[in-house]
Formats: sequence, C-alpha cells, structure tokens
Amino acid sequence: MTTVETAAGPAQTMVLNMGPQHPSTHGVLRVVLELDGETVIKARPEIGYLHTGIEKSCEALTYSQAITLTDRIDYLAPLSNNLGYCLAVEKLLGLEVPKRAQYIRVLLTEMTRLNSHLVWLGTHAMDLGATSVMLYCFREREEILKLFEMVSGQRMMTSYFRIGGLALEPPPGWLDRVRWIVDMLPSRIEEYEALLTRNRIWLMRTQGIGAISPEDAIALGVSGPSLRAAGVAYDVRKFFPYSSYEEFDFDVPTRTESDCYARYLVRLAEMRESLKIVRQAMGKITPEGPIKADAPGIVPPQREKMKTEMEALIYHFKIFTEGFSPPAGEVYQRVESPRGESGYFVVSDGSPKPYRVKVRAPSFVNLQALPKLSEGGLVADMIACIGTIDIVLGEVDR
Amino acid sequence: MTDKPSTDQKADQHPIVQLLRAWDERAVAEVLEFRGELTIVTPREHLLRAAEYLQAEPGLLFGFLSDISAVDRFPIEPRFEVNYHLLSIPLRQAMRMRVWISGQDPVLPSVIPVWPTANWHEREVFDLFGIQFEGHPDLHRILMPDDWEGHPLRKDYPVEGYRA
Repeated sequence: MTTVETAAGPAQTMVLNMGPQHPSTHGVLRVVLELDGETVIKARPEIGYLHTGIEKSCEALTYSQAITLTDRIDYLAPLSNNLGYCLAVEKLLGLEVPKRAQYIRVLLTEMTRLNSHLVWLGTHAMDLGATSVMLYCFREREEILKLFEMVSGQRMMTSYFRIGGLALEPPPGWLDRVRWIVDMLPSRIEEYEALLTRNRIWLMRTQGIGAISPEDAIALGVSGPSLRAAGVAYDVRKFFPYSSYEEFDFDVPTRTESDCYARYLVRLAEMRESLKIVRQAMGKITPEGPIKADAPGIVPPQREKMKTEMEALIYHFKIFTEGFSPPAGEVYQRVESPRGESGYFVVSDGSPKPYRVKVRAPSFVNLQALPKLSEGGLVADMIACIGTIDIVLGEVDR
Repeated sequence: MTDKPSTDQKADQHPIVQLLRAWDERAVAEVLEFRGELTIVTPREHLLRAAEYLQAEPGLLFGFLSDISAVDRFPIEPRFEVNYHLLSIPLRQAMRMRVWISGQDPVLPSVIPVWPTANWHEREVFDLFGIQFEGHPDLHRILMPDDWEGHPLRKDYPVEGYRA
C-alpha cells in the first residue's frame, strides 16, 4: 500500500486480488492490482496455478508418445501444438511429409484457428456484457469440433498429427463437412459484426483501451494478433513458411491503433483469411494419396502389411517398444498458433526419448504485457485487456 | 552428447557470424549449423555486450527475443547451456545464441536491459533450473510455489519429484 496525492488530499491505495477464481480471467490467473479508487496503478500477474510439468514429462516419453502432451498445452488449439511439435521432430529427423498430408494439416490448423478465435470472441464479448454473442460463437464452434471428431475421433485432444504425417486417413465425406462449415461461417461472422462492430457500448468498452506501442510490443515479445494490431506484420506463416504455407494466397491483417478494438478487428479479419486458406486447401487435397511419409522405423506400418510382411511386423514392434532415435542435435520450430508465435525447441541426444522439449508458449509471453496494457486504466478495462490478449492459462503454465 | 561438434566451416561464412567477428572476435567462441539453424556460442563475459550489438546493429536488428531455453547436460561439465532464440523482424532472420555455464557457478548476466521480455523467461529458467541472473529486478519463482524445494527440470531431479 502506498500513499497517493489526489484532488482531495493524500489517500491510501488499495490492493485487490483479481482471481485466481474469477470468471473473466479465462482460467486460473491471479492479478494483484494496486488501485487508486478505480484506477489501476500497478498490475502484477501471478501464474503457475496450472503448472503440470509437461516439459519434464516429455523427457520420460518417446517422441511419438509426447504428442499427446502437446494437445494438453492449449485446449483451444491442440492441432496447432501437434503441428509445432511434429514439425520440430521431423526437422530433427530430416523427414519430408507428403504434400497431401501437409495440405490436410494446413486445413485443420486453420480450422483450429477459427475454433480458437470463435471461443475468444464469444468469451470476450461475454466478459464485456454481450452474452448473446457467446451463444452464437459456441454454436458455430460446435460444428468445428464435430469435424475434429469426425477426422480424429476426438473433439479436443486430437493427437491427429503424427511424426511423418497423419494418424489415419480422414473418413469419406469429410470434405463435404468442411465445405458446409466454410459456406456457413462467412454469414455468421457478418452476424457477429452486426452485433458488435458498430455497437456503441462495444466501442466505448474497447476503443482506446489497452493500447501498446509497436516498440513496446516487440520489446515485450508480444506476437500474434496482438502484435499485428499494433501495426507489425509479423506472421510466422509468411516469415518462415512451414507445411507448404508458401503455396497459399492470404493476407496478414494489421491495424495501427493497437487498442482492444484493433485486436478485435484483426482477429475477425484473420477468421476470414483462414476461411480463404481452407478453401484453397480443399482444392489442393487430392481424393487419394499418401498421408504418411515413407519412413519405415519411424512411421508405423499399415495393418494389412503387418499381416503379410515380416519386416513390417518387426518395425511395428520396434516403434512401439523402444521408439526411434533422431540424430543428436537441436531444432527450434516456430508455428503461428492462434495466439502468436508458438515455438518448439526439441533437443535430441540420439536416444529414443527427447532430451529436452521446451515450449515457447505465446500466451505466457503475451501475458507479460498485461501491466503495460492496463496500468493507468480502470479496473473494468482490465477485463477487456485480459480478454483481448487472448490467453489460455493451460499454455501459460504448461 | 559426448563430444561437442567443432566450428562448422560453412556456417562460419554466414553473414551474421562475419559481422559479429568483425565487431569483436572474442564474442564468437563457436559456430554451429544443424538443419539450417545457426547457433553462435558466446562466452559468458561477452553475453550482454553481444546481445546489445545484435539488437542495435543495423545489419542485424535482432529486436525480438522469442525465447530463452536452458538445457541441463548433467553430469557433463559445463553443465548448463542457455539458448536465446532471436528474431529480426525487419530482416526476417532468426538465430540462436548459446552460453555454456558450469554447475558450480550457474550465474548469467540478465539481458532485460536489451530485451525486456527476458524478465519472465529468466524467472522461468531460474525456477526450473536454478540458474541465477545477475541484475534481474525481480528474480523469484514463477511456475512453482515459492516454498518449493529443488529445480524440477534439472536432470538429477526425479520425474515423479522428491517424495518422503
């Protein structure tokens, strides 16, 4: 507690704990606020409540087994994390994934981005009092989750991308489902915009709130839509293309206002760009073709082959009893997750288990900018700030 | 890894390495390239200077620190390697800066003056590896509880933790 000068004379500040149990902190986040009336003087995020030691656990699993843990880092974007980890291990191995699998990966990670942005929009709008938007967003998100279930058998913890390709061939008719979603979503996004973009209350709650300069954003390591809303067009998909993103035609939406409203507009524009990428991917995915790299000893053999070929049976046994050993070395693989630059630093010592897996979680780094966004503002705007940096606490704490 | 690879001839010709060498020969102890990723090993005493140079030099502009990751090579000495993943947004380049430090004296200078984002990364490395950062304004645990014993990501720390 400190003493501050006010118009009515010296006054004491108040320390307020926001969270860890608070509906608008999107998980188990605690922010220690120092308040002068309703003005936030200092905000100090306290994290770690959801720390589960994922990085340590990875060291005790084989390369393939560790994929299941990457799902659990960010429950809104499991496929983006699957992709980052698989690409890192494939880079260690020097493994080339078939084009068809790469396109399916792109399609599904863009669907993940839509899924994540829909949940973000719904919860953020609800935080600021627009409850109906949440219901609409979750309705559309449900369709995307159904698609994930159709393809991988799981709604959330998909583990669908594997080292060297995909877990299994998508079922017949899945692209019709994708087409249905892609045709349905644009008009729904229009609906959200109709509810919010020129809504007076929405503008008052978001415009000019939580601004950060591009210099500060870069210095604090902010990435993703929050950085692009400050006018820096850094998108990993354009800077360091992976999984054939260089073949897709899409724009990187940016704004310069860098406030909560700008971050909202950037994410909405990103959803439209994602739809563009999904449409292109649908055209590129051939009805038939390989979904796994031709790498015996790394990619499990087909069931049919195991019944007729001795070699396939041996490989199968070896992969699932001891795993495979990439050469000693280390790689850092960046991917653009819905929240920003997600990085996987995987170190191999030549054994079948990763020596070290480090996850550069975009939420963790972006959350560090929260004091910068919110200090000097009002307590109520704190909610808007937490909402628009779009954190997933599971990813922050890992 | 038993033997550390020596400086790669091809990687040594990399423009980033050339610039660093021209600036100060002592800042580059070793250069490695693996799967197209450049790693420059810097001695601890030159870390902060090299960081300032990499961030400010107009030919490099590594203004974005993506990540700091430590690796424990226990029982090999020097025990810890700390990797700084750097990104130059204006020049679209990425590199890794690495420092080796011994287990007896796990102290590094903080790079917060150069990259403010290092604050939480260094706290995380301190929390999970027990590496100290000199000049850090607020160095305490970030993920584990304050009264936790040991540093979980060290290799001599059991996966299931210490149990009575």
